[in-house]
Amino acid sequence: MATRPVEIREGHDTPGHHEEPSFFVKYLWSTDHKVIAMQYLFTGMFMALVGGFFSYVFRMQLAWPGESVPLWGLVTPAAYNMLITNHGAIMIFWVAMPVLIAAFGNYLIPLMLGCDDMVFPKLNRLSYQIFLLSVVVLFSSFFVTGGGFGGAWTMYPPLSGEAAYNNTPAGQTIFIVAVALEFVAFLLGGINFVTTAMNSRAPGMKLYDIPMVVWMIVIASIMFMASVGPLVAGAVMLIFDQTLNTAFFDPTRGGDPILWQHLFWFFGHPEVYVVLLPAVGIVAEVITVFARKKLFAYKTVLYTAIATGVLSFTVWAHHQFIAGIDPRMANIFTVTTLLISIPIAEMMFVYIATLYGGSITFSTPMLWALSFIATFLVGGVTGIFLGASGSDIYLHDTYFVLAHFHYTFYPIAIIGTFAGFTFWFPKMFGRHLNETLGKIHFWLTIIAFNGIFLPLFVTGVLGDNRRIPNHQVYPELDNPLMNGLREVATVFLVVMLLAQFVFFYNVVVSLVRGKKAEKNPWKSNTLEWTADSPPPHGNWKELPTVYRGPYEYGVPGRSEDYWPQNVPN
Amino acid sequence: MSVHTLPHPRHGVRTGRSAVMPNGVFGMLIFVVAEVMLFAGFVSAFTIMRRSALVWPPPGQPRLPVEETAFNTAILVASGVAMLLAGRAFRRHAPSASRPLVAAIGLGATFVVLQGREWWMLIGGGLTLTSSALGAFFYLIVGLHGLHVIAALGFLVYAWRRLARGFLPPGVMGAAEVLWLFVVAVWPFLYWRIYL
Repeated sequence: MATRPVEIREGHDTPGHHEEPSFFVKYLWSTDHKVIAMQYLFTGMFMALVGGFFSYVFRMQLAWPGESVPLWGLVTPAAYNMLITNHGAIMIFWVAMPVLIAAFGNYLIPLMLGCDDMVFPKLNRLSYQIFLLSVVVLFSSFFVTGGGFGGAWTMYPPLSGEAAYNNTPAGQTIFIVAVALEFVAFLLGGINFVTTAMNSRAPGMKLYDIPMVVWMIVIASIMFMASVGPLVAGAVMLIFDQTLNTAFFDPTRGGDPILWQHLFWFFGHPEVYVVLLPAVGIVAEVITVFARKKLFAYKTVLYTAIATGVLSFTVWAHHQFIAGIDPRMANIFTVTTLLISIPIAEMMFVYIATLYGGSITFSTPMLWALSFIATFLVGGVTGIFLGASGSDIYLHDTYFVLAHFHYTFYPIAIIGTFAGFTFWFPKMFGRHLNETLGKIHFWLTIIAFNGIFLPLFVTGVLGDNRRIPNHQVYPELDNPLMNGLREVATVFLVVMLLAQFVFFYNVVVSLVRGKKAEKNPWKSNTLEWTADSPPPHGNWKELPTVYRGPYEYGVPGRSEDYWPQNVPN
Repeated sequence: MSVHTLPHPRHGVRTGRSAVMPNGVFGMLIFVVAEVMLFAGFVSAFTIMRRSALVWPPPGQPRLPVEETAFNTAILVASGVAMLLAGRAFRRHAPSASRPLVAAIGLGATFVVLQGREWWMLIGGGLTLTSSALGAFFYLIVGLHGLHVIAALGFLVYAWRRLARGFLPPGVMGAAEVLWLFVVAVWPFLYWRIYL
């Protein structure tokens, strides 16, 4: 809408006239990209608490089956299914997506590109409002007859298509509606991100001068929009099956349940990279600043990300090796799946090369960024076993799968978020976080995280199935070794959840009493650090001009070891 | 432009490089990418269902009106041509741009009415959402396209109203053009996959 000829509205748009808006207008009805980013960030963090609480309840049940869980009570099989389903859906759709793409995208894209706001500010506001509505709709599903949907976040029919099978006649439909609303929100957000990045860059900022995190969010947005269509198609068909008695996925009436799996994973696998790429971008920003080195092979990282995006559309059926697909097709998907580990491995090596010979500061954001590389490598390497159809047939639906994808999603959604949050906190709120508390929180979280999922690799290899709420029913799964490992995982989960109180305490105390942050506390090159901390409405009085790429650290012959993008020489 | 956002201060004064296309057109193009994939999802699901069916079309179902729909298709394509003419006239600042735009709206509305009539006949003939896989997919995909046509017609009417008041930004006209041409272009493909 920025193409509209300038319309001066009386008393508002006139420069120099600034009216202090009311609280409602400023924080709940704002079109400012920074406020919308904060709305997404805090909603996402709240949802992370909900998803974390769910995981606490079902992990307690798994470690000590049949006992009453503090703060919840007895976990019935129906409640267990509801908890794991909504834990998965919340963590991916209501935590990883809003925080990594929407919050960081909204906050960073205009600031890093040197413009005053997104190109479609009203669309942006609508995006958050629809997202908030999707949260309300999801929560409402917990309180209807039969409770929340319990057919796993992947919603495989016929379990998800027939109320008689899943016992959640209302929850099943409300769940899909909530996910659909969430998609609409991100569709609007993604249109904004891509258009802003292409049309509103600062003068002088060429495509190769765009900071990597912005590129990553843009590529992720394009991937999201190219992959979400088939899932929306499937979701409409599933809702028709549930409510209008059609038979798209019902095998007893000529439908095809595998069709849903294709439609779902055609979206579902690119989705993994949709959330991965922004986290990879955040890590690139953090390690270049704290290693004081130029990003090794900027163009390689960029093209690798694009290659990952393209390849990620060709791997989806590796989720279906035992679903009855043609074994010849399984071979093809094994090859593509193993191929996609190459660009990702390449990115990891590029980051290690960036660190090589740098003068590294182990600040809290840097610790998070480094732990991202380490833990994501474990996740990536264990993925090879699952991508190869031969070993996947054995490991399918065991805790090995679960541990694998938590070793990928946890670095992405939690570690990547903490890296970004601790890195940009001084810019977002104008104060520094406490470093000591930040490091205590980091070490507790990262040790506990490994303590949760390393044992689960072992129980998975021993044959522990993912979907069983009570292992005592199966004598071969009920032995001291496996029970012990389950208890270890649960204890570490409780430690990890408790460690988050250190984080929240740190945030609250730092917001009130933290050291005031100047404009550029990390001596970083990118444009957001040339604005005030926190940036005012409109970001800059005079918008910056760009003269070079974002990673000119330690350039020989300069007195300072950094060279901001907006400094002429 | 919201009350709280200043007009883009750099717009038009940027040196060296200007936006390739207006924001509205660019945003609509990205939206169309998502839409193309949505229709691709439905059509590929339909193709899989059709290929794996033992008997196709399902027995006891009315024949789809291939000839009448070919005529409808021609009407919609003509509407797309009218839209192209309207866009060209608009960019030349011709005062007559609203005439082809009205023609595009009229032809698009005719398409919707004729398709509605076709649905009426088919439901009367026993083809319903639950009567067979053909019926389910037919109403789902054709209905989705119909909703898109109706929504896009609304956008065209909005653009036409603003043009009539003499104040239609190029971004809005471009976005309307992109959306309408997508809705028109996807239909012959759907016709080929579903009716033939």
